[in-house]
Amino acid sequence: MAGEADDRKPLISKKIDKFFTGLADAWNFVRRFFQEVFLPPYEFKEVIHQCYRIGVESLPLISLTGFIVGIVFTNQSRPSLSEFGATSWLPALIAIAIVRAMGPLVTALIAAGKVGSSIGAEIGSMKVTEQIDAMEVSATNPFKFLVVTRVLATTFMIPILVMYTDFVALVGSFINVNSKELVSLSTFFVQVFDAITFLDVFSSVIKSLVFGFTIGIVGCYKGYHSSKGTEGVGRAANSAVVISMFLIFIEELLALQIVNAIRGM
Amino acid sequence: MDNREKVVVIRNLYKSFGDLDVLQGVDLDLHREENLVVLGRSGTGKSVLIKIMVGLLKQDSGSMQVLGKEVSSLSTKDLNALRLKIGFSFQNSALYDSMTVRENMEFPLVRNVKNLTKKEVTMRIEELLDAVGLPQTINQMPSELSGGQKKRIGVARTLILNPEIMLYDEPTAGLDPITCVDINNLIHEVRDRYKTTSIVITHDLACAKQTGDRMAVLLDGKFKAMGTFEEVFPHAVDERIKSFYDYNFINS
Repeated sequence: MAGEADDRKPLISKKIDKFFTGLADAWNFVRRFFQEVFLPPYEFKEVIHQCYRIGVESLPLISLTGFIVGIVFTNQSRPSLSEFGATSWLPALIAIAIVRAMGPLVTALIAAGKVGSSIGAEIGSMKVTEQIDAMEVSATNPFKFLVVTRVLATTFMIPILVMYTDFVALVGSFINVNSKELVSLSTFFVQVFDAITFLDVFSSVIKSLVFGFTIGIVGCYKGYHSSKGTEGVGRAANSAVVISMFLIFIEELLALQIVNAIRGM
Repeated sequence: MDNREKVVVIRNLYKSFGDLDVLQGVDLDLHREENLVVLGRSGTGKSVLIKIMVGLLKQDSGSMQVLGKEVSSLSTKDLNALRLKIGFSFQNSALYDSMTVRENMEFPLVRNVKNLTKKEVTMRIEELLDAVGLPQTINQMPSELSGGQKKRIGVARTLILNPEIMLYDEPTAGLDPITCVDINNLIHEVRDRYKTTSIVITHDLACAKQTGDRMAVLLDGKFKAMGTFEEVFPHAVDERIKSFYDYNFINS
């Protein structure tokens, strides 16, 4: 009877139902994470293992991207500044842009693609091949072992990777500035550190923690709820990336408003 | 009057998924050290039955008692304690892809048995790999194993906690006939050597005949026939059971 009634619902109504059911599921998933993260047993070894994996997985791509971003952004900014004879401001401009926005955003987007998809696919394939059930019947809490550890690892590792990206991008920028304006390393970095404030660094770290949490929880949620065999695993990986990126942009926008409000106080 | 100890008692068990009624009043008594084979066509709820037994699924109504405990009313802690006494061999083996055979077997052991030395863990793993005839695979990854080897390692992993009850979900599915015979022999060996009580879920009558003390045929959400192989199959009255037998033994 319930099924028949469900069949008669218009498509839009079904989609709205599905959206809100999904939202409730996701909320319960996040709530469960916060419940389980503080309860023993603590899977320290697995958290460290995951941190290492995430770091190693992302490092080559992040190094290359960070370096290129530094060079390209410096190169693109030079003509505008040189119109006002202000190319000496390049280090300060680049530092502010990289630390405040580009470092966290570029790192988070790359990690969403690389780490988020890998978490979604890994947990998804464990789900469809009954490995998660196997864990559960051997009296191990799979949520704690698979989800809590990965979310903690992304939350801790993304800020570290962001700092690394900032550094690599600044090195790229320095190489460009040094070759064109003949600015020394010490002068470049003195200008960089003069330009950035504690609030810039603090907001960047907090933002990165939120980005890391988002990447981890979305990847795990999508993997944990994947179904329909290998097709479902592919979908889980894909939607983990898309949803993470979408949320990261929204979070970036919110963070910008909050930091600007604090700055205006 | 059967005085043997009952390790599993199922009464009037119902389970449905949406509109699909899978189990519709299942009753069963399973005795200690008995090998029961549950037969039925795909989608009749055989796997659902054993998943309810380990708390992976919850029944809609009815009673499922395992080792004297009502599974659905157990707390997480008590359910985990009960799970340690039940070994579950999955249809696709469910070996952890990212771990070697050694790590797969270590995983349940080191988490559930405290104060074991590294040497004791290794000895236990080697003993079980010997028992399933695959000592050489200890450092291999699951992707390097054949289907039959994966099944054997899966069984060894479940045995590592000394379970009292073994549940085999489609143990011979997707295997060649010779490997099927090997797996059937392994199920026998496990019962004889470790004194386990077993439920084997299958739709392979050759496997059922070789491994089971008693057969139970699941049709329309209920056990329609129960008894020894000879009692249930060759002279079955129910057309569907008869056709099941004919298809397996005459057509093949």
